[in-house]
Amino acid sequence: MSDYKTLGCAEISVGDKLPSLDIDITTGLVVCGALATRDFEPVHHDKASAVATGLPDVFMNILTSQGLMTRFATDWSGPEAVVKSLDLRLGAPNVPGMVMTMTGAVTAVDSGTGVVEIEVLGENNIWGMHMQGSVQLALPKEA
Amino acid sequence: MTANELNAFEDEINAFVGREVCPPTPAKDDVNTAMIRQWTEIIGDTNPAYTNEAWAAKSTRGKSIAPPAMMYVWGQEGFAVTTGRPADAQADLVSLFNKHGYTGVLGTNVKQEYFKEVSPNDNVVMEMVIDNISERKTTGRGPGYFFETLSTFTNQHGEKIGTQRFKVLKFIPQEQPAAAAAEDTLQVPTRIASPRGHDNKWWWDACDAGKVLIQRCKNCQTLRHPPRPMCGECQSMEWDSIESTLDGEVLSHTELHHPKIPGYQYPLVCAVIRLGEGTNIVSNVVGCDPSAVHIGMRVKGKVEQVDEKTMLPQFYPA
Ligand SMILES: [Zn+2]
Repeated sequence: MSDYKTLGCAEISVGDKLPSLDIDITTGLVVCGALATRDFEPVHHDKASAVATGLPDVFMNILTSQGLMTRFATDWSGPEAVVKSLDLRLGAPNVPGMVMTMTGAVTAVDSGTGVVEIEVLGENNIWGMHMQGSVQLALPKEA
Repeated sequence: MTANELNAFEDEINAFVGREVCPPTPAKDDVNTAMIRQWTEIIGDTNPAYTNEAWAAKSTRGKSIAPPAMMYVWGQEGFAVTTGRPADAQADLVSLFNKHGYTGVLGTNVKQEYFKEVSPNDNVVMEMVIDNISERKTTGRGPGYFFETLSTFTNQHGEKIGTQRFKVLKFIPQEQPAAAAAEDTLQVPTRIASPRGHDNKWWWDACDAGKVLIQRCKNCQTLRHPPRPMCGECQSMEWDSIESTLDGEVLSHTELHHPKIPGYQYPLVCAVIRLGEGTNIVSNVVGCDPSAVHIGMRVKGKVEQVDEKTMLPQFYPA
């Protein structure tokens, strides 16, 4: 219906890989991500507060991680996909200077409902797993 | 803490299960395009369903929507949290944990389910309860309890739009080794350093100089690896060494997938390699697809710098 394509459920198979995505973790992303999600906890915008908790710098808030995970999924599926669930396990913090690489693969396809499940892993290059989990998307039956 | 005291403490925390953290509370602002635009710019999300009104009007939905991951954003307290959060059941539970030494806090899981999308001018109403508290667990961080809050979101028509389960570990912090975290710059991790002791330091020092040596018994000439003080054939403790040509054959191999250890390059194939001289060495096979590695494969080793601090033999297809 436009220049934005949405995958159809019939085109998807278990094991399909999503294109990987590298996210530069910058102070800008951490601080602005916290503010855009109205998360004013000092550890996400004030380095001294973050250092007091034992970390080297401000660190990414969970709502930004959740946003990046849904973006990763819908970048792949296209805009007519409806996000049904987002389930994530939290690991090591994302701190400025790191690069987080997101990878994912399809783990389930329900051709009856059009719901596909993808497993997503976000790993940073310094401390490893930042988040790991699954996203369920309802896709049109046909593209 | 005695068993009785522990029971009393657990009775006290378990009394929080089912308690309301906040009653159904409408967001101060309706879902709006300004907050959505800011979020999409920062997250880098170009999904036209969020910000392209013209596209959205012609889409299946017929209108733009808010990013689902913003569901919890609409009800956030705001800047006031920089000076502390208002008292509620969750804060009371947290201070009860803190009072008993469970001062560590770690968000471990968050799960959102979405039942209905919301669009600009909708209002998101949130309520939250303490849903469950685990029994006492031994965790890598220390002993503690997991508690889970359940938030339920409805729109201005009372229709349920989603839920969020957030699991938090409250634990007694264990003594941590001197914090590397205090460093001002991030160190890109390197491979785990080789342990160098009296009996094997010479081998690693040669590796640093680009050579793989094989220990040889001075008495009976038997070669041995890894390095050790005594010959297994004649019990002589006199030895010297020869340099390997690093011509080898794969005896056995495996690929490491999980957990990925920072500092290592993936894919990561570990193999037992029979060297031409007759001893075996455990090393990595590189320079080919992991699926191409097979038992009996001929390989040729090179001592290479694999990261900033580490020299190692690596084996390539011969
Ligand atoms: Zn001997």
